[in-house]
Amino acid sequence: MVEHSMLNLVALILLFPILGTAVNGLVGKRLKKETVSYIACGSVGLSFFTATLVFSGLLLLPPHERLFEKQLFSWIESGSFKAAAGLQVDPLSILLTLIITGIGLLIHIYSIGYMHEDKGYHRYFCYLNLFTFSMLLLVLGNNFLLMFIGWEAVGLCSYLLIGFWFEKKSASDAAKKAFIVNRVGDFGFALGIMLIFLTFHTIDYTEVFHAASQGNFPVGSFTITMITLLLFVGATGKSAQIPLYTWLPDAMEGPTPVSALIHAATMVTAGVYMIARCNVLYMLSPLTMTVVASIGAATALFAASIGLVQNDIKRVLAYSTVSQLGYMFLACGVGAFTAGVFHLVTHAFFKALLFLGSGSVIHALSGEMDVRKMGGLRHHIPVTYKTFLIGTVAIAGIPPFAGFFSKDEILLESLTYGNLIYWSVAAVASLFTAFYMFRLLFLTFHGKSRVEHHVMEHLHESPKNMTIPLIVLAGLSSIGGFLGIPGAHVMSTFLSPVFSASGHTKVSGAEISVHHGEGNPYLMMVVSTAIALTGIFIAYQMYIKKPELPKKLAERFRFIYRVLLNKYYVDEIYTALFVNPTRKIAVFFWKCVDIQIIDGSVNGIARSIGWFSSNLRYLQTGYVRNYAFYIVVGCIFIIVLAALGK
Amino acid sequence: MITVTHYIVLSAILFTLGVVGVLIRRNAIVVFMCIELMLNAVNLSFVAFAHYLHSMNGQLFVFFTMTVAAAEAAVGLAIIVAVFRNKETVNIDDINIMKW
Amino acid sequence: MEAYLFYIMAAVAVVSAVYLIFEKNPVYSILYLVMILISIAVLYLLLGAQFIAAVQIIVYAGAIMVLFLFVVMLLNLSAKEELKDALSFQKIPAIVMGIVLLSAIGIILRSKIPLGKQGEYTSAYVHDVGNTQLIGKLLFTKYLLPFEITSILLFIAAIGAIILAKRK
Repeated sequence: MVEHSMLNLVALILLFPILGTAVNGLVGKRLKKETVSYIACGSVGLSFFTATLVFSGLLLLPPHERLFEKQLFSWIESGSFKAAAGLQVDPLSILLTLIITGIGLLIHIYSIGYMHEDKGYHRYFCYLNLFTFSMLLLVLGNNFLLMFIGWEAVGLCSYLLIGFWFEKKSASDAAKKAFIVNRVGDFGFALGIMLIFLTFHTIDYTEVFHAASQGNFPVGSFTITMITLLLFVGATGKSAQIPLYTWLPDAMEGPTPVSALIHAATMVTAGVYMIARCNVLYMLSPLTMTVVASIGAATALFAASIGLVQNDIKRVLAYSTVSQLGYMFLACGVGAFTAGVFHLVTHAFFKALLFLGSGSVIHALSGEMDVRKMGGLRHHIPVTYKTFLIGTVAIAGIPPFAGFFSKDEILLESLTYGNLIYWSVAAVASLFTAFYMFRLLFLTFHGKSRVEHHVMEHLHESPKNMTIPLIVLAGLSSIGGFLGIPGAHVMSTFLSPVFSASGHTKVSGAEISVHHGEGNPYLMMVVSTAIALTGIFIAYQMYIKKPELPKKLAERFRFIYRVLLNKYYVDEIYTALFVNPTRKIAVFFWKCVDIQIIDGSVNGIARSIGWFSSNLRYLQTGYVRNYAFYIVVGCIFIIVLAALGK
Repeated sequence: MITVTHYIVLSAILFTLGVVGVLIRRNAIVVFMCIELMLNAVNLSFVAFAHYLHSMNGQLFVFFTMTVAAAEAAVGLAIIVAVFRNKETVNIDDINIMKW
Repeated sequence: MEAYLFYIMAAVAVVSAVYLIFEKNPVYSILYLVMILISIAVLYLLLGAQFIAAVQIIVYAGAIMVLFLFVVMLLNLSAKEELKDALSFQKIPAIVMGIVLLSAIGIILRSKIPLGKQGEYTSAYVHDVGNTQLIGKLLFTKYLLPFEITSILLFIAAIGAIILAKRK
């Protein structure tokens, strides 16, 4: 029973961050910066500690019983609609919880150093804690409505944090863009939830998935396809997939730790989590699976190609994030949910590391983000360099670092369960990834210094509270991949209770060898390593050996270069197609409908009443006898009524 | 035989005359007297009803009405005196500041 | 005899009332009002309300009317009639309204007056015990609280009158 007492602690995971939010939000202004950071980091730290307790409680249970639901209170009851506020602990949610609280804790600590000079210090930590709470709510909720609440709340926090430096117009614009683009996705998501309620008459995960797995719905049924597609629309918004990815690169206007936590490690993976959570539904709809896989593959390649030529250190990472998220969706789309979640985990490690590393670089260079004004930094900021190198190697997919295993698994699965097109798209994207990441590394840390003189004077390694999270994350990025090393399958065994209900997902290593006909895992490892090495070699040739080569190539393939540099002009196309017409309609409603019709009628009524009363006031003569006369007329009216009524 | 109706009709006539007086006279004191007339008309109906219903309540009400009338006369006449002192008139049409 | 007395007194009251509202001189108006009050006092006697009749004569016709007369004399209003008539147009409607009011009351009276329950104070009983005794007894038993409140009312009225009429 010790495991149940541990599992019962799950509500505490949520409680600590929201308490931190409340304290820092309400009285943070009057507290010392130190106190604020202790409260913020302490709350997330306690939350992480509780999460490990709950995790160990879960491990004590036999695998098939690893599903624990804790009902907190009955939330909404209206007719047949019932929503309880309850938490669900299972391998998937606890894995995400550990990542959110663990990486969240590291990023909180890192932020102490990074945000030290900022005057919105307490506000920043208040938002960050609120984000942690919302994200935990998203993954721990036991029904779709709670997930939706968390989903919206992380969107809000993302908005608040992107626009954290709201004095800067570009920051507030980026925040608005993120919010509005997410609205489009959330609209679909909300419709999906409503359709789920209409179809299943409940929104509880357990009941919905149970009903779906009973075989009441044939594979490819229209309703399920609609539900899954609508939910996927939400996922494209939150997880920055085509066509709703445009907000994520702009979101880099926020503080760098925020980009690391929200726009790389946790929030943007919510879509992947959601699809993994609903795997039962998705497996019932081959059409949606194809859509998910295609969009994922397309996004992976598309974003990676943009990343090739970007010059802003954080934007390169942002496009890389979009691309890696595409990988995860590709994995989910071919039914390899474990691979998708595994990549989610390793990606959280190395992408957080890369973002924090870039933050450290930016911090050292007093806010400079353009890689053309960097170079040769490896001797000045050695710790950052080494950890960044580990992150880069991890994302590029060099064994034995984390990214290799997860990416390799996705490539393998896409060939096994998907087709050659998926595999080749993913492979090309992988080549691009290796190339642009090493391009970034070489431009930033190697070669001649192009740093401006006055910046050079302030060049310094970051303080301890920033480097220690980097080192921890570097460690995780190095060894995290062994969770899913072929043969051992720690990850897939652990997650199998969540995915066992759905079709052909492999449960153990034994099954994989039965299933795969086309891909040999070990051959695949060699191939993907070769791809990564090729990318690195090209980058080395272009940016170390012959630094003049990129310019020549840009001249030569001018058209392609310009298209890539301008991100395929997608933002411009969206502006022309959606933003401008909407704005025109809005102006029409403002100028014609609002000012003339609505305001006009309201003001007209007010004016006519004013006119009427200004004439009516002459009835008030001031003569007592006159008033008495009115009284008598009234009385007589009543008496006459009484007389007629007789 | 004089019935209650006779008294009520008389009371109604006196009351109406009082109302008309209030509406057409401008001398504040006369208006006041007309109000007294209206009160008396009502008192008459009270006593008449009391008599024909074998009840004492009507007479006691008249007693209270008289008390009110006395209080009203004292205060009202004091107001008239005060107004006259300020405006040199008891014409209520000259006192019309209670308006827009 | 009783009927004659009623008609005579009613006629006196109505005629005096008409004179009251059309008389120019306020002093005469007061005298007409006294006439009305006295005739109503006689009607009270006819209705067996001796105490009320006495109070009517003493308090109303005596004290209050003297107060009125006093004020009229004090302000020296005797002959002057109002100069300004801002509402001359109201005269005709007022009289019309009076007629309408009367006819409405008449219509109501033509249908039977809803008389309530007969009380226990029959004329014979009242005659036996005495009207004044009965009123006194009721005043100090059933109507004690209103009675006390009227004393406060009069007290406040006296204070108010003094403050209003005081020369500043």
